[in-house]
Amino acid sequence: MSGLEQLYQQIIMDHSKSPHGYGLTEGDVTSHQRNPVCGDEVTLALRWSADGTRVEEVAWEGSGCSISQASASLFATLAAEDADAGNAWTPDDLQAFIDEFREALRSRGQIPLDEERFGDAAALSGVSKFVARVKCAMLAWVAAEDLLTRRAAEA
Amino acid sequence: MTLSPAPYAGGVTEAAPFSSAELEHIRAQFPILRRDLHGHPLVYLDSAATAQKPSRVIEAEATFYWEANAAVHRGAHTLAGEATELYEDARGTVARFLAVNDDEVIFTSNATEGLNLIAYAIGNASLGRGGAAAAPYALREGDEIVVTELEHHANLIPWQELAARTGATLRYIPVDDSGAIDVDAATGVIGARTRILAVSHVSNVTGAHSPLETLVPLARAAGALVVLDACQSAPHLPLRPRELDVDVAVFSGHKLYGPTGIGVLYGRAELLNALPPFLTGGSMITTVTMEGAEYLPAPQRFEPGTPRIAQAIGLAEAIRFVDELGFDRIAATEHQLGARLLAGLAELPGIRVLGAGIDAPRVALASVVVDGVHAHDAGQVLDNVGIAARVGHHCAQPLHRRLGATASLRISAGVHTTADEIDQAVAAIAGVRHFFGLTGENA
Repeated sequence: MSGLEQLYQQIIMDHSKSPHGYGLTEGDVTSHQRNPVCGDEVTLALRWSADGTRVEEVAWEGSGCSISQASASLFATLAAEDADAGNAWTPDDLQAFIDEFREALRSRGQIPLDEERFGDAAALSGVSKFVARVKCAMLAWVAAEDLLTRRAAEA
Repeated sequence: MTLSPAPYAGGVTEAAPFSSAELEHIRAQFPILRRDLHGHPLVYLDSAATAQKPSRVIEAEATFYWEANAAVHRGAHTLAGEATELYEDARGTVARFLAVNDDEVIFTSNATEGLNLIAYAIGNASLGRGGAAAAPYALREGDEIVVTELEHHANLIPWQELAARTGATLRYIPVDDSGAIDVDAATGVIGARTRILAVSHVSNVTGAHSPLETLVPLARAAGALVVLDACQSAPHLPLRPRELDVDVAVFSGHKLYGPTGIGVLYGRAELLNALPPFLTGGSMITTVTMEGAEYLPAPQRFEPGTPRIAQAIGLAEAIRFVDELGFDRIAATEHQLGARLLAGLAELPGIRVLGAGIDAPRVALASVVVDGVHAHDAGQVLDNVGIAARVGHHCAQPLHRRLGATASLRISAGVHTTADEIDQAVAAIAGVRHFFGLTGENA
């Protein structure tokens, strides 16, 4: 695979064209993140279970490059799959995913994302070799982290 | 496709473009061009962001540190004298380059600092600093500062801030749907209340020459100061602030094959000596007491602290480099490259070039929007074959917003750019939509 094909794997192309979890509704608590260099934008919401302990859904809207948009879509897909399997994330689970994702993306290709844990989102491992694109891939995940931080501060 | 006959780089030039042997000689002077990227020879088409440096510029800066480093304008030892002479020689080189007096040349850290310098000096005059001499330049409520809609953020935000500090109003001359400055609208914006017109010489997004021949007389009739952002023109066309009838002109060294960390502000002597300083400190004073200070005239008035000595010396070497190449020949070569670039892009389906049509005068620069592909993704395809091009909004968000684009992919040539490199870029751009699974005219 050429470097370019490692970056733009078919899964990423598919998610950027047909994004999952797209669409916010009135009342969503959102975090708006943008990459001022290129204008990528993601606005993301975490939809919590009635008791407020688990993430049942990740919803988002945005515009920008295929990496930023596919990453948000893959993040929403991962949350939905884990929720469907009865493993909806606690705040700690979510923070662990964000930390692992960031570590892998900043590893310059040294640490791949665990396919068992990340599913299709593991396709984003290829981004870590493209330093200028890491910020694009992180956008949705940073939005989720911002929501977690704000939630903890309000608790 | 025939080459555009339109005036280019300040007018139709009779000079011959560089021959391929001359171009090879020029390229050999840029050590970075020997680099490979992803197994391809580097094709550097981002000179509008920063130019590459010829060896002689790098060596001039290093030689100063090896042989003559000392603080300037202070101390009496021999080295200090030599360093001062080299630094002031650099100022003289810039002054001759601009055809102005030495004391009208201020070294800044970059063009952004130059624009802030003039905006803050006027702001300080507006607070009453600088006494009676500065009073004519003071702004107050009801006064207007005029910019255009295509300005780089560096020639917009300092004026927004100055307006906010003084109560003046910031107005702008709009661009038309193509991205060209709307000359007809300018007459309705520049008027009796206009005190400052701040405009770029060449757009960093469209590469178009600004219609200074219309805008400057309007500003003059209104009695306004004219501030020119010449960052994108200085590497491509002769820059003559007096012929252009502007009061202030700024440019950065690093876009002119010089070092980073150095910029130039030209200001008319009467203006500079009337305005109060922006940054204050050592090297700019005559007498200091515990209560206050008196300031030296320009240029020292605006160069407090230890200046950018090595960078100024490097910039002077860069100016000698372009001067030896000759702007007429640079312009003739870049004219061909620019026409080739635009003609090649015009053939491609699903590609929109920002700015006025192919015949409008512009430097060898084009920003494109690829239908259905974000600029960041398009740039990645070029990077993969060793082509360095700029992606993003190029610090011109309002212009991109006006043209309905969040970002664009910019190709910009330098003196080392070859026709083959332009063709490679056009071919790579042609392949972008295919790579992302988009084909045909309307995909």
